Amino acid sequence: MANEEKKPRSSRIWGWVNERLPVDEMLKSHATEYYAPKNFNVWYVFGVLSLVVLVNQLLTGIFLTMSYKPSATEAFASVEYIMRDVDWGWLIRYLHSTGASAFFIVVYLHMFRALMYGSYRAPRELLWIFGMVIYLALMAEAFMGYLLPWGNMSYWGAQVIVSLFGTIPVIGASLAEWIKGDYFISDITLNRFFSLHVIAIPLILVFLVVAHIQALHTVGSNNPDGIEIKKKKNADGIPLDGVAFHPYYTVKDLYALGVFLMLFLGVVFFAPTFGGMFLEAPNFDQANPMLTPPHIAPVWYFTPFYAMLRAVPSFMGTQVWGVIVMFSAILLLFFLPWLDRSPVKSIRYKGPITKVALAVLAVSFVVLGYCGIQPPQGIFPLLARIFTVTYFLFFLLMPWYSRIDRSKPVPDRVTYDAH
Amino acid sequence: MHINIKQMASSLTLILGLALSVSVAQAGEGESFPQANVDPRNLISLQHGARNFMNYCSGCHSAKFVRYNRIAADLGIPEAELKKNLMFTTDKVADTIQSAMPEEEALHWFGVKPPDLSLIARSRGTDHVYAYLRSFYTDPSRPRGVNNTVLPGTAMPNVLGDLQGEQIAVFKTGENGAPEFEKFESVSKGSMTPEEYDLFVRDTVNFLQYMAEPVQNTRKDIGIWVMLFLAVFTSFAYLLYKEVWRDVH
Repeated sequence: MANEEKKPRSSRIWGWVNERLPVDEMLKSHATEYYAPKNFNVWYVFGVLSLVVLVNQLLTGIFLTMSYKPSATEAFASVEYIMRDVDWGWLIRYLHSTGASAFFIVVYLHMFRALMYGSYRAPRELLWIFGMVIYLALMAEAFMGYLLPWGNMSYWGAQVIVSLFGTIPVIGASLAEWIKGDYFISDITLNRFFSLHVIAIPLILVFLVVAHIQALHTVGSNNPDGIEIKKKKNADGIPLDGVAFHPYYTVKDLYALGVFLMLFLGVVFFAPTFGGMFLEAPNFDQANPMLTPPHIAPVWYFTPFYAMLRAVPSFMGTQVWGVIVMFSAILLLFFLPWLDRSPVKSIRYKGPITKVALAVLAVSFVVLGYCGIQPPQGIFPLLARIFTVTYFLFFLLMPWYSRIDRSKPVPDRVTYDAH
Repeated sequence: MHINIKQMASSLTLILGLALSVSVAQAGEGESFPQANVDPRNLISLQHGARNFMNYCSGCHSAKFVRYNRIAADLGIPEAELKKNLMFTTDKVADTIQSAMPEEEALHWFGVKPPDLSLIARSRGTDHVYAYLRSFYTDPSRPRGVNNTVLPGTAMPNVLGDLQGEQIAVFKTGENGAPEFEKFESVSKGSMTPEEYDLFVRDTVNFLQYMAEPVQNTRKDIGIWVMLFLAVFTSFAYLLYKEVWRDVH
């Protein structure tokens, strides 16, 4: 007891808290004694950056909600009020609108990293599935958020996407009506999308992100060599190829954050519309149910799937096939852990067929994204069809090519050159 | 350094490729117009544009998101001058720019309500507006005797006709037999020379462009300081990273 008294007050308070909430333990297990492989490369910064963008969206979203009016008559004007009359409103709004696109950029790169290094393979299947559900939630969040400015592209974009559900046989029409809460996109739709966008889906997203990180810290991070570092431990039980997340990766991520912010804020301050890609020109006109924009296209992050939708012709008097293809393209990703039969995880040790297949997937995705932006004329419908097929072949043929491909032997320890 | 150059380059290429495909996509879209070449830093041009807008546009068009005193502050116009020369529908400087034309009358006269011009430069693009204002031509088949090659069938009368002078459009037969616009021919001189008129339109478009995003100059000015800060921050973060990682072998 006498000994206790000698300790400084701050340490006594810290002790008091820790007896009631295991803060120290949590910091240890998630930071100072969470051992991550030391051979992470630049592809491993996008997870942390997604978290940064998520926080950016949540914080700027809170401030936008303070001045935004979710009503068909006031929404558009309230956004312009934020842009012109609210102190720093323009910055908050651009951070949020640019953040939406940035979110998809970092998430796509994060997912591609997982594809390259086999981060979805056992024992990380659940981690991958949580990630995929986050991706789905993110798409729903972005889609509903896009309606809120009540610009003309918001309106018609939502109209097109909701009508996709209308193609489902039998229940389609009533389903589309149920989503809209009306016979057309209206004030009612705007209100429910607002509710879902600012509370329901963010809540789900945050929960899923916590689960994603908890799952990651349970199985441990994969790495560019696809080697389980937990298999080689020292006498203290610390992985030989691991370094403590804090300080090693916190400082590395801080550096990555600096580079990311230069790109991100570069767009925010110097090109917030990004040439009509992040904020589309027709969205500077208020929603007008009587006037269709000359060319309706979703924002760039949906265009690969939009291209697939348009690539599939209607058949037996219904267009539902395109919708099925589009949703299957996303659904297939969930099954990756079981489609990949390769004895190795990382692309570094996989054979030539897998390398070509992954390159084909990346090219397909980018070309489809480009086709989705373009009007469906000229060469684009054909390109979209070809690359829809190659996109699906990557997944459907994977059980076969991943097994027969000639993989290289995997070393015992990770590849790492000291600084 | 293990973030090796090759990987860095490949990811950068990916990002740049994305950006490039974006700009190509933009370039491919819509018709091409001569560039308006507006300069939002040119206060004189913006002041002239404000004068043009208030005198020739604001009679029919509102700019309902733009406040008079914001314009005065941003464009360096003293309040007395603002009230005397630029404000016609109100004497309250914090008001937004409202059209003098009642909507019902507008519908009666033109069949449509003249669009609000607060954001027109952002929704259509400055090049489009610049081309539009120079492309009115005499067309007796239209109710107001004029048509426009950029927006055929426009309901807008040629408000600037006295300045530009009268011009007619020459069409040639296109590939599919439909008439295709070739060039304008001047019929009578206006009160301005073609160069003066061009400048007049350019100043007006510059002002429309300013109104679409009044904060744009401030945004870029702050952006430079943010970039400088980030350059310093990132340099120190990099040094810290190298220092901490020295003992990893």
